[in-house]
Amino acid sequence: MARAELMDFDTALELFEPVLGFEVHVELSTKTKMFSDAPNPAFSANEVTDANTAITPVCLGLPGSLPVVNEQAVRYSISLGLALGCQIAPMSRFARKNYFYPDLAKNYQISQYDEPIAFEGTLEVELEDGTLVQVPIERAHMEEDAGKLTHVGGSTGRIQGAESSLVDYNRAGVPLVEIVTKPIVGAEHRAPELARAYVSTIRDIVRALGISEARMERGNLRCDANVSLRPRGEQKLGIRTETKNVNSLRSVERAVRYEIQRQAAILAKGGTITQETRHWHEDTGTTSPGRPKSDADDYRYFPEPDLLPVVPSPALIDELRDALPEPPAARRRRLKEEWGFTDLEFRDVVNSGLLVEVADTVAAGASPQQARKWWTGEIARIANAQDAEPGSLISASDVAAVVELVESGALTDRLARQVVEGVIAGEGTPAEVVAARGLQVVSDDGALIAAVDAALAEQPDVLEKIRDGKVQAAGAVIGAVMKAMGGKADAARVRELVLERAQA
Amino acid sequence: MSEITPERVAYLAQLARIALTPDEIETLTGELGAIVDAVATVQQVATPDVPATSHPIPLTGGMRPDVPGVTLTTEQALAGAPDHDGSRFRVTAILGEEQ
Repeated sequence: MARAELMDFDTALELFEPVLGFEVHVELSTKTKMFSDAPNPAFSANEVTDANTAITPVCLGLPGSLPVVNEQAVRYSISLGLALGCQIAPMSRFARKNYFYPDLAKNYQISQYDEPIAFEGTLEVELEDGTLVQVPIERAHMEEDAGKLTHVGGSTGRIQGAESSLVDYNRAGVPLVEIVTKPIVGAEHRAPELARAYVSTIRDIVRALGISEARMERGNLRCDANVSLRPRGEQKLGIRTETKNVNSLRSVERAVRYEIQRQAAILAKGGTITQETRHWHEDTGTTSPGRPKSDADDYRYFPEPDLLPVVPSPALIDELRDALPEPPAARRRRLKEEWGFTDLEFRDVVNSGLLVEVADTVAAGASPQQARKWWTGEIARIANAQDAEPGSLISASDVAAVVELVESGALTDRLARQVVEGVIAGEGTPAEVVAARGLQVVSDDGALIAAVDAALAEQPDVLEKIRDGKVQAAGAVIGAVMKAMGGKADAARVRELVLERAQA
Repeated sequence: MSEITPERVAYLAQLARIALTPDEIETLTGELGAIVDAVATVQQVATPDVPATSHPIPLTGGMRPDVPGVTLTTEQALAGAPDHDGSRFRVTAILGEEQ
């Protein structure tokens, strides 16, 4: 549907109540895969790059191969279930989900069906203005990821018109946890915002737990967003669509908003919504129909005969519960207080996705305000220009080291920006960049005094003005000195010296 | 009495991507029906106080530590492939999409 045909968002909300539901897939960052000891590509230290190199006979479903459960993946899944406020099943079971598609070589995916490891939870999600929303969690279950298909021969690389598909099974068998919400009602006009905040909260949780790298652009965290509308006053849920391929927080928000506007336009004209999966297109900001989907999709689930039930001991569950990190919303409240940030400052950090980076930098010794300033300022600017994540450019300890150099007077802000640039360019640690580029502030008063005297001598009129008490005239001389020193001087110290020498 | 009808057999065959002739459907309806009936007799023994199980022996556990093992080389992985491009399996373009 072209954007012009959409119903205005506010009008859509007047007529209909949106109901949301999410299926979020989290790739766990275990060293090995879910059922095979092949290296897990979702653990970046494994450095899996070439196609079909991280596979074993289990990943290919070769005859005679047998899956064996990765104990660490189960621990991670339990931790995630607990963090989502879920009950942990004393016994859960794997099941085969049978379907024919070459992304899995076995013709089935090992998943969990009626006995998931975690169920019935609640996740507290914080919206931008601090409003807390309780999102009901239906279940979180363990499964394996599928391989990656590249369609060739089609004009756009998509499946339509493709002549053949190339399959890389590296991702086949990567441990996944799928988190399914119950229908979420009551979000109203904040539904798109809630969608973003929900996925963002899951990302924060799995990062805090250290169980997933959670890079959406790499597919470590994927969200399918279900949206349905019901006329005001109606109790029965409307027909829903499931939008896939939403791989950034911004896209989640946009996709939900788009679907609300699209469905409202159809329903208002007396049309009906087709129950289907839809694809999100980042470039056009629209969704297009995918596969018809009915609740009666028949995957012939049955208990996986090759695997034993998972029976976590109460002691293990207690151990993992005790080790849970602080919930994200509570952590944010605490950090905001500890750092003494204003609402605006704190929101800026959170909405830039830099909370972890700032917290790590503070932990490395920097003052909160300085850590915030560098991450949301210079580093975010460079990251934006390079289309990269700020956290991937420079480490928190390097930022803390730069802050330390500025605070000790060894660097001016201007020099420090060059140091940050150098560190990001791969020139080494801040200390190494300072040494290599010769960026140390000139703190030798002798050299500064000589430069100040020279500048005053060159501008006798300014010297007169300063002597007459027109202190603001000193700016011209300070500028000349800074230029003469190549910027490697502390402007405040230069000003002091200019005023001092002018009276000499 | 068996719930296996010719329609059900045809449906299962379609789900399993097995092409069956009408004769085969008829034969299988009888055979599968007999199997299901045999299993159903077990249900007569099962009383409500016997929990359902999917395995005769209550085994649990059997997990492995998270330690990488030996992987196949790409050549080994592709050895049985009907077609490939040197590093990836080549399959006929499949209409449809991932599940």
